[in-house]
Amino acid sequence: MNKPFEIRWHGRGGQGAKTAALLFGDAAMVTGKYIQAFPEYGPERMGAPVQAFNRLSDERIYIHSGIKNPDIVVVLDETLMKTQPVVKGLGKNGILLVNTKSTPEDIKKSYNLKDIKVYTIDASGISKEAIGKEIPNTPMLGALVRVSKILDFDSFIIDVTNKLKKKFRGREKLVDGNVKSIKRAYKEVL
Amino acid sequence: MPMKALTGNEAMAEAMRQINPDVVAAYPITPATEVVQLFANFVADGRVDTEFVAVESEHSALSACIGAAAAGGRVMTSTSSQGLALMHEMLYIAAALRLPIVICGINRSLSAPINIHCDHSDTMGSRESGWMHIFAEESQEAYDSIFQAIKIAERAYLPMIVSTDGFIISHCMQRIDMLEDKEVQDFIGECKPHHSLLLTDKPYTVGPLSLQDYYFEHKRQEIEAMMQVAPIIDEVGKEFGDKFGRHYGLFEEYKLDDADNIIMAAGSAAGTAKVAVDEARDKGIKAGLLRIRVMRPFPYKQIQKVLKDKMIISVLDRSDSMSTMGGPLFIETRAALYDTETHPPICDYIYGLGGREIDVENILSVFEKGEIYKKKGVEKKLAFIGVRE
Repeated sequence: MNKPFEIRWHGRGGQGAKTAALLFGDAAMVTGKYIQAFPEYGPERMGAPVQAFNRLSDERIYIHSGIKNPDIVVVLDETLMKTQPVVKGLGKNGILLVNTKSTPEDIKKSYNLKDIKVYTIDASGISKEAIGKEIPNTPMLGALVRVSKILDFDSFIIDVTNKLKKKFRGREKLVDGNVKSIKRAYKEVL
Repeated sequence: MPMKALTGNEAMAEAMRQINPDVVAAYPITPATEVVQLFANFVADGRVDTEFVAVESEHSALSACIGAAAAGGRVMTSTSSQGLALMHEMLYIAAALRLPIVICGINRSLSAPINIHCDHSDTMGSRESGWMHIFAEESQEAYDSIFQAIKIAERAYLPMIVSTDGFIISHCMQRIDMLEDKEVQDFIGECKPHHSLLLTDKPYTVGPLSLQDYYFEHKRQEIEAMMQVAPIIDEVGKEFGDKFGRHYGLFEEYKLDDADNIIMAAGSAAGTAKVAVDEARDKGIKAGLLRIRVMRPFPYKQIQKVLKDKMIISVLDRSDSMSTMGGPLFIETRAALYDTETHPPICDYIYGLGGREIDVENILSVFEKGEIYKKKGVEKKLAFIGVRE
């Protein structure tokens, strides 16, 4: 069996790491992939560091433990870079995607990161403008689709719009704001 | 076939919707709550014809199920952990009355200390109640097995639990290849009970007193009934596979044929163990896995056949028996192997109690220990994985 493609999300309780993982997994499933999307099974507390996980594969997935050697790490809250071992297990040429106003070079320098590709996006800023609230998870999805190069962006947008319509039934503005922020982040990720 | 991304609980609730049972009586408990909640929504939305009985405890839930099944209905419920423990008294009654009830079980540890995460103490604690039991490795198997369970239970006249690992599977979203509603109905067929309390022209007595005079004969019949079950499970699993392409049996063999260093496990850890088998083989270890799917009845004859010539068998148990002899899977496998002439060496590892994670490296280390035991013999009959010493 081949090793599935693995993504580890780091966020804080309430930032939507789990929801983002579920949306990404669902969109990948629609393209015919086998997927897993699950949160860390710890206590859930608002503001506490949390993890969520995605596995994607063209074959059935057998492994059922947390992700220790991800291909991509997504960080929803830059302050976690200081307190959590977010890049732990990220191999050579692994990808780190951070929600921050800083550039990739700044992040690399600040946290002394070598041998990995760093991408940054101001997902918090985008969500504040597009949704009116700081909900960085959906813009991060747009950036993730861009840097992971696994999913076709147009079909991703169609699937995620359907899912958001279901989630926010009747609240069109919220759906539009989320979709807008995903599109913006897809374009603006550095 | 429609494809959906569902959590284990969602997959189980969908299976229940497609079965459209006559009666569901249930009481929610973490991590099985969603199964009950989603099914209650199906009832409220008119998507099933089921009579949903909201009860005040699991004891009442299974009691109501027993009444409904004795009336001849197709009956299901869902529970976990303390909920299953509270059903304990009624489990024996459902089985001895030969009522084909199906429980969607979610494996969770038992208190104390209080813990909502996965181990197998709950269903293992019910293994002498007369219920048939399938440990599903993941959600696709759980979804598929629930349909089979309906058919097996109604053919064997015994109740059945199909369980998944709490949170690890119940809350993990994965791809589910679903059946069409009509395919499900065609597969399970109509519920045709031998007896029904509602058929007043064919009256029968349920649950009478039977003392020294007849109790023994009643129990003997129940034991005999369980002895007839294994071929039924095989038949239904084959029928399902021939129709839908996914075959199921009493246990699953993964690279077992040419292996000499074997791990035995049930539930989600068996999936992780498959990855460990591949990695161990990359290191030159002739590793293999026997994944127990059916725990009740225990497929001891079939196990003897495939394990008798192995050089080391390491059993992974996600619960202990408190007998001081190890976990239930180990004890029963060891007992099964007593009847072989070869008596292959066997040892037990307790792991994952209260949701403690087990990963590929953990399992790989068991294979590596197995290599040593192959040469030197088993040094430690009972060990623990991932516990603070």
